[in-house]
Amino acid sequence: MTHLKTKHRLLADKAMLWIVCLFATLTAVPLFAILGEVLLRGYDQLSWSFFTETTPTAYKAMKAIEAGEPIPGGIANGIIGTMIMLGMAAIVAVPTGILCGAFLAENPKNRFSQTVSYLTDLLQGTPSVIIGIVTYMWVVVPMKGYSAIAGSVALFVMMLPLIIRSTEETLKILPASLKEAGLALGGNRARVMLKVQLPAAFGGIFTGVLLAISRVIGETAPLMFTALGCSFIRFSIDKPISAVPLLIWEFFNDPNLQELIWGASLFLLLFVLTLNLTAKYLAKKWNQ
Amino acid sequence: MESVKPILEFNKTCVSYTKQTMAVKYVSAAIDRNTITAIMGPSGCGKSTLLRAANLMHELYPNIRVDGEILLNGENILSMEPVDVRRRIGMVFQRPAPFPTMSITDNVLAGYALNGIRLSKAEREETVERCLKSVALWDEVKDVLNKKGTFLSGGQQQRLCIARALAMKPDVLLMDEPTSALDPIATAHIEKLMQELQKEVTILIVTHNMGQAMRISSKSMFMYLGELVEYGDTATMFSTPKDERTKAYLTGRMG
Ligand SMILES: Nc1ncnc2c1ncn2[C@@H]1O[C@H](COP(=O)(O)OP(=O)(O)O)[C@@H](O)[C@H]1O
Ligand SMILES: [Mg+2]
Repeated sequence: MTHLKTKHRLLADKAMLWIVCLFATLTAVPLFAILGEVLLRGYDQLSWSFFTETTPTAYKAMKAIEAGEPIPGGIANGIIGTMIMLGMAAIVAVPTGILCGAFLAENPKNRFSQTVSYLTDLLQGTPSVIIGIVTYMWVVVPMKGYSAIAGSVALFVMMLPLIIRSTEETLKILPASLKEAGLALGGNRARVMLKVQLPAAFGGIFTGVLLAISRVIGETAPLMFTALGCSFIRFSIDKPISAVPLLIWEFFNDPNLQELIWGASLFLLLFVLTLNLTAKYLAKKWNQ
Repeated sequence: MESVKPILEFNKTCVSYTKQTMAVKYVSAAIDRNTITAIMGPSGCGKSTLLRAANLMHELYPNIRVDGEILLNGENILSMEPVDVRRRIGMVFQRPAPFPTMSITDNVLAGYALNGIRLSKAEREETVERCLKSVALWDEVKDVLNKKGTFLSGGQQQRLCIARALAMKPDVLLMDEPTSALDPIATAHIEKLMQELQKEVTILIVTHNMGQAMRISSKSMFMYLGELVEYGDTATMFSTPKDERTKAYLTGRMG
């Protein structure tokens, strides 16, 4: 009797395992489908010149297509624009977000921080296109033109809540003993935060920053309202600038440039995957 | 005169976590300078709560209320700045908690860094060596001073934490079951150390281990349900406890 029951349970266990495996595979299907599609269509465009040259004009591209040659040029202007805007956004968002997250973690019950926490959630849920149009009103209109600054303001607004949350969560799971030990030595709360808590939380915060970057790097809508785009490499921050996701949109809209869509997409996808994997790896390493 | 006056004095000290109940009830006791005083009692009787109040740890948690007085050299610490109090009253916790991101050296000097005090290189070296020697850790770690403190064994970590507290030259050192997470050898090490340290610092130690209280302390407190039931000479208390509850605890009929 008991023997039969055990057998029954083993069978049920096995069935359960199969069902779980099945669903796990199902979730992986879209990921691999996307990855496969982009990889197949884009890999032959990735070459050294793809990263060092700027977007070709439609005319040049048309000539190349007529001659049956691959389209010349690349996405260097977009890569550089993306890096500049991400860099500027991160330089402001990282310290602000960490400060804000530390404040929220330290004063969870205070009325003000509860409001800030709620606003952070709202900001995180705000559609990026709305962040784009608002940044347009706030930055592009008063500055009388599209610019890298405007683009980075939009990216900053998108990164901020992500960094605030990851900082707050990481600080909250640190053992209370760490903070108490710091205070017991006579440190004030700011110094204990700076010298004990934040260093101990570094892994989690750094991971959070990487994830925030990977989340906003592909944003297109907010940059359409702010950075606009630019067909050559540019380093001035008060002028329109290009970005990789903007280029993908431009390539899509120009029949002569459509070949380039996949190379740019593959680059963006690989970059985000690398950031994510690095973040995962670091998080694991620091948690040991 | 100075040596006669108690260094730390609880005066009708009460601590409560909630409005309805008190975790520490009207504790009054004077602690003599350069002695070791043991606090004993079944778990949950308020030993840690009392000790933490003397370090103003309750300032961190708004729900905790402390009433009465706690006097350090005659001055009520409850109305002093926590930062000033904690510099003079150090604390060692039950679980060794070296700062995980700091080297052994930086752990010893953490108090200075956290107080914004800059030391010269010579002062740093002198302090690290003196403090690690006073916890008998110097010989074991002098070649790995730049390694993380968390690489050490539990007993070594706890001694590092004691060294860290001593580096600030506190008047009083509070220890909350400092050896309960350690093996017997490490425990013996730390007990020996405490006896030497009482020349420099007054120690108040919570312990579950009666043998430990007997070996190291000159005076003992026995607490029960938040009350200080009995306070006196350790030897006297162990041989002829005055209160029934103390007797029950010491003979193992309680907690
Ligand atoms: N953070 C807290 N919040 C509410 N009650 C607490 C808290 N810490 C301790 N207590 C209560 O206070 C009493 C004394 O606890 P504690 O001082 O830790 O005892 P001991 O150290 O003697 O074991 C216990 O009844 C405990 O439940
Ligand atoms: Mg306790």
